[in-house]
Amino acid sequence: MKSLSFDKVNGFAGLLFIILGGFFAVQAYGLDLGTAFRMGPGYFPLVLAVILIGLGLIVLIQATQVSGEALGAVAWRGMLLILPAPIVFGLTVRGLGFVPSLFLTALVASFASTRMTILRALLVAAAVTIFASLVFIEALGLPFRLFGPWLGY
Amino acid sequence: MDLFSNLALGFATAASPWNLLFCLIGVLLGTLIGVLPGIGATATIAMLLPITFQLEPVSSLIMLAGIYYGAQYGGSTTAILINMPGESSSAVTAIDGYQMARKGKAGAALAIAAIGSFFAGTVSTFLVAIFAPPLTSIALQFGAAEYFSLMVVGLVSSIALAHGSIIKALAMVVLGLLLGLVGTDIYSGTPRFTLGIREYADGLNFVAVAVGVFGVAEILRNLESEKTRTAVITKVSGLFPSREELRAIVAPVLRGTAIGSALGILPGGGAILASFASYTVEKRVSQRPEEFGHGAVAGVAGPESANNAGAQTSFIPMLTLGIPANPVMALMIGAMIIQGIVPGPNVATEQPALFWGIIASMWIGNLMLVILNLPLIGLWVKLLTVPYYVLFPIIMAFCSIGVYSVNGNPYDLYAVALFGLLGYGLVKLRCEPAPLLLGFVLGPLLEENLRRAMIISRGDPSVFVTRPISAILLLIAVAVLVVVFLPSVRRKREEVFVEED
Repeated sequence: MKSLSFDKVNGFAGLLFIILGGFFAVQAYGLDLGTAFRMGPGYFPLVLAVILIGLGLIVLIQATQVSGEALGAVAWRGMLLILPAPIVFGLTVRGLGFVPSLFLTALVASFASTRMTILRALLVAAAVTIFASLVFIEALGLPFRLFGPWLGY
Repeated sequence: MDLFSNLALGFATAASPWNLLFCLIGVLLGTLIGVLPGIGATATIAMLLPITFQLEPVSSLIMLAGIYYGAQYGGSTTAILINMPGESSSAVTAIDGYQMARKGKAGAALAIAAIGSFFAGTVSTFLVAIFAPPLTSIALQFGAAEYFSLMVVGLVSSIALAHGSIIKALAMVVLGLLLGLVGTDIYSGTPRFTLGIREYADGLNFVAVAVGVFGVAEILRNLESEKTRTAVITKVSGLFPSREELRAIVAPVLRGTAIGSALGILPGGGAILASFASYTVEKRVSQRPEEFGHGAVAGVAGPESANNAGAQTSFIPMLTLGIPANPVMALMIGAMIIQGIVPGPNVATEQPALFWGIIASMWIGNLMLVILNLPLIGLWVKLLTVPYYVLFPIIMAFCSIGVYSVNGNPYDLYAVALFGLLGYGLVKLRCEPAPLLLGFVLGPLLEENLRRAMIISRGDPSVFVTRPISAILLLIAVAVLVVVFLPSVRRKREEVFVEED
């Protein structure tokens, strides 16, 4: 037996494809499959999901054969602060209104960089909020409330 | 002549004061963001897409097209000035352009890039105008089987032109197709893969997916290593190239235009491939190949013309068949659908003003770029000194507003976060996001045409090979697949992409 060398990048990629393919396959199997003549809502997705699982397996097998580049640095701090930014906006835009919600969004995203100081972050967030309010609400006339019901408006 | 009356209609549409204004805004915004390193043309358009939805369909598409070639142009500017290509198709320009800049010929290099691009843009605009109508009339005879096969060709070619592992690119296409199927099944009304969330019944929002996979993922990648940009910005002087330089670029520009126009139509990544092909050709035909890599004028003129020509002709399959040739065109198709236009051969006959207006605006946009940007280079250079940590909160804020403004659905914003995570994960695992987006756009269309073709043929799958056009298209797809898996081609392909990195 060969010593077990395992290429992380391809290994994870293969696993990810298999997991995602598995999810779609299980979901599609629960739908009406129909026949090739009159395909049900599950037919085409099931075929695709099986193909995806198959491709994932090939990638996984390749991972044990050749080793490629390393994974490299991962932006953990970035993920922790950039990804929640749109979620914050989605959760608060109706309740707080456009202005406070956008300010929060920009503020959260600002701290993704290690170079950001609190004062700079506040300044950037404030500037973005003012600019966006002028452009999107005043000039383009998007139908957003500037301040929402949570603040008593 | 039909062609001229059509073009006249196009120019009348594109030259209306409002459309001119939006074209100008698009070109400026595109250049602005294209100049900022780390954000490519696709991410730029994904982020600015929502801004255009408040406009009329024509103005909106004209502005988007403007953003597209504005971003291309901005990318070349940074490639030449600081050796940092704003996007992958200008990576080649950086090789010789930056060397020219270091020799104090930055102005000449920028001017050559602009002139080459403008010439290529002019020629390829005419090519689009000439070839779009006949292709449209062929496409009008397409049935469900032909459309299915055509989309298969498109998807397979996008794999051939992606970086890295072919198997992974194939898997990305399939994943994209599956993600495209999320939502209500059109035949039975059954919700699929929505996890019971009613807000996803209309499918995943295209803008949210594009912004997540391209915009957010790109920001995360830039945050991995926060190096200070040591931008040694060369002083730009002597904007006008000398007479001998002008003479030296005539042939490369012509060749670049021809190569770019031909390759741009290919699905997958026309502009990128075009600039590489042109560089290789110029190096091979040059009498002094040793100059390449040390500031050869032809090494700037050829690829720049080629990538602009490719960018323009990639509109041909989008406008005539409704099939995107690259992720940017996929975004344009998404924009059309949101504007209520069904992309495909009918656009030319049902909306001639839109169709020809876009074509004419390409030329106007290119003209604006030449006139405006050469004097504005100083301003763009200043922009490079804006630190990245100021940029991405702004980008995230605008993305959030933009995505939310499409449908007013907070779940679209959650999808941005999810696809940002997925997109970043896939990039880390060396999977190209471009085939995924193409799959996502084509997924529903592919399924619809497959099911329709099977119903029409009463369940007989041989319909795809007995109808001649469909059979030829499938043969092309198979041929492409066989070719990319051939060992020799595989090695060559790896070499090309290694050179690019």
